[in-house]
Amino acid sequence: MMYLTVNGLVHRYEVLPTLLQLLQELGVEGRRVAVECNGDIVPRSQYGHVMLNSGDCLEIVVAVGGG
Amino acid sequence: MGCEEKGAVSDDRFLLAGREVRSRLLVGTGKYVDLAQTAAAVEASGAEIVTVAIRRTNIGQYPGQPNLLDVISPERYTLLPNTAGCYTAQDAVRTLRLARELLDDHRLVKLEVLGDPDTLFPNMTETLVAAEILVKEGFSVMVYCSDDPIMARRLEDLGCVAIMPLASLIGSGMGILNPWNLGIILERATVPVIVDAGVGTASDAAIAMELGCAGVLMNTAIAQARDPMQMAHAMGLAVQAGRLAWRAGRMPRKPYRASPSSPSLGLIQ
Repeated sequence: MMYLTVNGLVHRYEVLPTLLQLLQELGVEGRRVAVECNGDIVPRSQYGHVMLNSGDCLEIVVAVGGG
Repeated sequence: MGCEEKGAVSDDRFLLAGREVRSRLLVGTGKYVDLAQTAAAVEASGAEIVTVAIRRTNIGQYPGQPNLLDVISPERYTLLPNTAGCYTAQDAVRTLRLARELLDDHRLVKLEVLGDPDTLFPNMTETLVAAEILVKEGFSVMVYCSDDPIMARRLEDLGCVAIMPLASLIGSGMGILNPWNLGIILERATVPVIVDAGVGTASDAAIAMELGCAGVLMNTAIAQARDPMQMAHAMGLAVQAGRLAWRAGRMPRKPYRASPSSPSLGLIQ
């Protein structure tokens, strides 16, 4: 079993998705988000090219109300 | 108080990181009931620079939920991503790198590094560290800071584009507690000084502007008013009134001596 940590939650997989597939699965693909993988920012243009590895730690952020 | 406007241009816009800004009221988008109220209040304020926070997306919980940027459009407003909730320079820098990616290479940011959850006072040593990194990475840094003139100078020397001292604690509505410190900062600064935090009502905003601030940044005073739309409008007017009063130059204070406004001669005997 392989796993990814996404925004602090562990997701388990039989077959790891690509980053683009993960974003589609989470319903945020095409929306205004930014993605960090293991501490490095992934440019939007690279989403389709990034292969994920078991144990990768992802942060997916949005803009929210704040002062 | 300084008599020279910092970064003035002829039609009273102010210069911020090379761009002309019309509205001297900057507003946040937190603490509103919903996005519709956020949008309405921001519009009523007349602000053009609007702060946003960066947070983890709620994965899977509300897949179709509306996004703040759907109602506060980056095409219409100049967004100012903040680092609210960050307690280290490292977290603040990380947050703003994500914001830059999120907002398509957007560089104008609000840095705040907090030191204490009860007071939300800034941690100035971490703020200095973060400011230096961010400026080197090409960000235009507007910085929330204590009202310490020495810290303000340090931040300006590091290349911050606006100095944003607190007037009182974030979200406290306690108003302008130390106009004298703000005055010292204003006298020395060569970049815009914007009061950030503590404003509670319209007169507070006017006082900040009468001191010579380039602008006022507020969130809670509008969002937590009984009627945010009316308060947003009031704040816009107060900032304009305070600004006009500062430009007009107030009469000198003459303690202990009245001066009649009506002629002393020709009194009916």
